Amino acid sequence: MTEIGTTKATKPVWPRLGLTQETIVLFIAIAFFAVFGVTLPGFLASDNLLSLLQNVSVLGILGVAMGIVVIGRGIDLAMVATMAMSTAWTISLMNAGTGALTAVGLGLGFAAVIGIVMGILIAYVEIPAIFATLAMSTVIYGFGRLALVDLDVIYVPEDAAWLRAISGTIGGVPLPVIWFGLVALLAYAFLRFTRRGRYIFAMGDNYEAARITGIPVRPMTVVQYLLSSVIAYGAGIITASLLATVNIRVAQSTMVYDVILVVVLGGIGLSGGKGGVRNVIVGTVLIGILLNGMTIMDLSFTLQNLVKGAVLLVAIIVDSLVNPRDEQTAQQGDI
Amino acid sequence: MKSFLTGVLAALTLTTATAGMAPAKQFDDGLAPHYYSALKGKKVVFLPLAMSFDLPQVWAQGMETQAERLGYELSIRDPNWSSDAGAQALTTLISEKPDLMVVHNPDMQVYARLLARAQKAGIKVIQINLKSVATTDAYVGVNWYEVGEHQARMAISACSPEAGGSGKIAIMQGTPTNPNNAITMSAIEDVLADHPEIEVVSSQSADWDATKAHSVASTVIKQNPDLCAYVGLWEVMDAGVAAAIREADKVDAIKLFTNGGGQKPACDSLANGAFTGYVSYDAFGQARDLTNAIAQVMQSDLKPGEAPYALYTPIRDLTKDTMRDDSCWTMDDVAKAPF
Repeated sequence: MTEIGTTKATKPVWPRLGLTQETIVLFIAIAFFAVFGVTLPGFLASDNLLSLLQNVSVLGILGVAMGIVVIGRGIDLAMVATMAMSTAWTISLMNAGTGALTAVGLGLGFAAVIGIVMGILIAYVEIPAIFATLAMSTVIYGFGRLALVDLDVIYVPEDAAWLRAISGTIGGVPLPVIWFGLVALLAYAFLRFTRRGRYIFAMGDNYEAARITGIPVRPMTVVQYLLSSVIAYGAGIITASLLATVNIRVAQSTMVYDVILVVVLGGIGLSGGKGGVRNVIVGTVLIGILLNGMTIMDLSFTLQNLVKGAVLLVAIIVDSLVNPRDEQTAQQGDI
Repeated sequence: MKSFLTGVLAALTLTTATAGMAPAKQFDDGLAPHYYSALKGKKVVFLPLAMSFDLPQVWAQGMETQAERLGYELSIRDPNWSSDAGAQALTTLISEKPDLMVVHNPDMQVYARLLARAQKAGIKVIQINLKSVATTDAYVGVNWYEVGEHQARMAISACSPEAGGSGKIAIMQGTPTNPNNAITMSAIEDVLADHPEIEVVSSQSADWDATKAHSVASTVIKQNPDLCAYVGLWEVMDAGVAAAIREADKVDAIKLFTNGGGQKPACDSLANGAFTGYVSYDAFGQARDLTNAIAQVMQSDLKPGEAPYALYTPIRDLTKDTMRDDSCWTMDDVAKAPF
């Protein structure tokens, strides 16, 4: 079992440097960090580094959730819609006078139901994940708009002090960073040390083989989407706490691609079976360094997007040169 | 006697049939009969950006109240932020031929040709809150340049070194290609050009997204410890800036100037110190302007587009001190107001 999840290319065209995409991205991140540290005054201040981490915490949490799904050779394009609608429902229930516990319970329940429905569609109805979750994201948004909330922007009620406390600080460290750390740690433990975590790698590596081996692949698929939806709900609550508002328009934004960017950039291949939480952290930190540095440099919006895209391309190009795909490493189901 | 009874009956039938609609009979003062007949039974269509935010909801509420009073038929086509869907709706509408269209443009170009075609096809068109390059019967809405001027002046008077400020301000933009963003920004730049003592330390875009605005602002605030003010281009996005200021524990040191339609949460934010200054374009007042423009355009016998006119919304600057109980509105106020 230990070999599962550590598949590597066997015959690189280039000299084998032992470089995985994760290490490449780590080097890029270190390079940027060094350059910014030397050239940008105030970049290395501990305040700035903490805010750098805080600013990508929610992205990182979503990245961990997406990572779990992608490792099992799935994808959850409905994640951001789930996050937005379930959180928005919680907050609007609170605005309507529902107790905090009930509101959170209902929101969490809604997210869980979404996850289970998606899992069933993918595992039992056998719709490809990319289509099932794409369709679900529209359904979730539409249903939410129709039945749960009727405004794009919902303000957190003034008296919800407990909600604001979720994004406070402890000993100078912003709580969102700690939540990210906690989610990452739990996901790491789940993927590495539990039997079910190893099942996810096996399924991602070779779904049919996993099934023949006796792994309960269908229930496990449901578990994956359940996890990603529930984690997304947590990320939504943290965002709501941080901004004191929920904006459901993110459901229709390109945010889900940012999440996939973090996952893929870190080196979790979309073909599944590879990678882990560390990859997500590396990808998230690189994006955080880039965004923070570019904000300090006051670069324009268009240029920032260009740089982000270019860095992703460079990472992928270097990876395909160092770890080329061949008949042995290519898998059915590669995107 | 019989004829009297018939008369009473006829009057009763008429009253029931027209209950809640335009009065059956009018005192003819020379205008009233035309005013009511110009709108009765007409078809008015509202094409918003989306129905899911405060501004279109207020305008639609105003029109619904007016439609009930004057007996016209109002329908709403909601493209939910998609300008493609909006353009398709417009194309369909041109062949459906309503009497009047109220159009909320996503930008200055995308509907321009369609609006011209609609006018040619004999449909009257009122544009609201963002004017397309095509000029139609009426424009009701804010002059974004004015909003930018007001915001810039607020920041200057708060931050100029003469007033004891550091002179350093930062700007939070929405999407640079968006026309109201571009127009507001050009106003801010024009005003600042006359004030070299004010330094813009950061001018970033957050794509109207509070999360991104929060990330950018938290970095900029740490980078510029003596930052005096933030100028943001939309209240909803600027909730993120406010959160970053609160987190940095600088609510008193960093002032935040923003703009919006003047709904209740804006006044709450002024009261609790999240916003320092707010340029309100009073969507409630716009609803009244809009319903008046509908009445005016429909009474006119001119061809569509023959005599275009504008009603630019009077804007007002709100601060904690100038704010009054009635400075902001709620949806309930709008629903209960006459139009």
